[in-house]
Amino acid sequence: MYNEQNCRFLKTHEWAFVEGENAVVGISNHAQEEISDIVFVDLPKVGRVVKAGENCCVIESVKSASEIYAPVSGEIVAVNDALNADPALVNREPHAGGWLFKIKMADPAEVNALLDFAAYNATIGK
Amino acid sequence: MAIKQEKQDREKRTCLYERHIAEGAFMAPFANFCMPIQYKNIQLEHLAVRHKCGLFDVSHMGQLRVTGKEALHFLQYISCNIIKSGASEGTYFHILTEQGTIIDDAIAFCLSLEEFLVVVNAACVDEDFAWFQKQASAFNVTVTNESSQWSMIALQGPTAVEIADKILPGVIDLPRFHIKEIELFGAQGYVTRTGYTGEDGVEIMLPNGQIEALWNALLKLGVKPCGLGARDVLRLEAGYLLNGADADQTKTPYEANCGWVVKLTKENFIGKSALEAKKAAGFTTKLRAFKLKNPGVPREGCKVFYQGTETGTLTSGTFSPLFKGIAVGYASSAIPVGAEVEIEIHGRKVPAEVVKTPFYKNRV
Repeated sequence: MYNEQNCRFLKTHEWAFVEGENAVVGISNHAQEEISDIVFVDLPKVGRVVKAGENCCVIESVKSASEIYAPVSGEIVAVNDALNADPALVNREPHAGGWLFKIKMADPAEVNALLDFAAYNATIGK
Repeated sequence: MAIKQEKQDREKRTCLYERHIAEGAFMAPFANFCMPIQYKNIQLEHLAVRHKCGLFDVSHMGQLRVTGKEALHFLQYISCNIIKSGASEGTYFHILTEQGTIIDDAIAFCLSLEEFLVVVNAACVDEDFAWFQKQASAFNVTVTNESSQWSMIALQGPTAVEIADKILPGVIDLPRFHIKEIELFGAQGYVTRTGYTGEDGVEIMLPNGQIEALWNALLKLGVKPCGLGARDVLRLEAGYLLNGADADQTKTPYEANCGWVVKLTKENFIGKSALEAKKAAGFTTKLRAFKLKNPGVPREGCKVFYQGTETGTLTSGTFSPLFKGIAVGYASSAIPVGAEVEIEIHGRKVPAEVVKTPFYKNRV
């Protein structure tokens, strides 16, 4: 099971966790704190093919709209439907029940380019 | 995703700035001031005002004092609404250009027939003051910009007046939209039974040196500090304009859904003949209100479509804890209330219903 420590991160606050041939994607605890109360998550369509770094999801909080970038390339194979009824799950459990979508990785080696937890923390001054 | 880091250095600070920082507020620029957007949580701050009481720093607002024998005549000429001249009465009005378009919205309080205090929007203080001065040359009046001398707080919500009464005994008897001179912490100031949240409440003006004592005294009474984030949701729910977003110098009060502030029966006022002509010609677009039918957050700049054709753009939109996605924007005045439109949010068209404002109406 994934947690903060074993996820890999983008500087832009998305995390990815490799689960077999898929990468589970979410946003960091720091990110959910910054954007505050999440009221809607515009999830990508299953089947969509995305490139690493591509904007593929929007998180709406009471404060702002935030674009979410794909940490790796591949096909969206699952989205977290629980967020439609309860978008604040991303606030409560950013590294568990609040995951956003899963990407079937086109190139698993892309994960190696992502930051580990310590390196990510350094980027946010922790 | 990108987390916005707002710059805080070039904006003016209110006298409560240090208090906001101490309370852990998220600060951001608004109308050239560095203002608290939220303290802990926008939704809880919004609900505090709807259910109990919330405290806002509105020191960025401006104060213009109009004195002289022709103070009332002057304001009647500046304002499209009829300025009330009963003792301590206040009047909401629009300041218009010669073309009948909106420079600002404001409230004029009658201190005497020869003295009025006009409270204006922060972003428009300089322009309003210059406009007043320009018009004043034809009248026996003096206009003074006192904005930098006054600090101001708003206490809003169903229990606001009751709480204010503990600090200002008797304020509970102050009628809506009236002003009263007060003495507090050894200084002269004003209290008005006004606000911009759709709830009952008061606004208190004190000299800069005394505002922190008032702020602290109100917090001690258990009042929750609220930021401009909650205030924006509250005013939009109440159907109030945000000047600069929902109204500007390209729009008349009629188009801005504020035809009631225009009194064409008045003898003369700036913009009157232009408004008469424009009203006779009719308006093709108006500020319309929308309620999303599906989840999503409509925001300023989103396009509005009716029967497949683009009809307008949102000027304000937000997530309301009471009504979910709500918005206003200029769109065809021909679309009937109750009709379905689509609002494009991040490339996704979300169905919305055309509704009447206000979204929210309380007992006041």
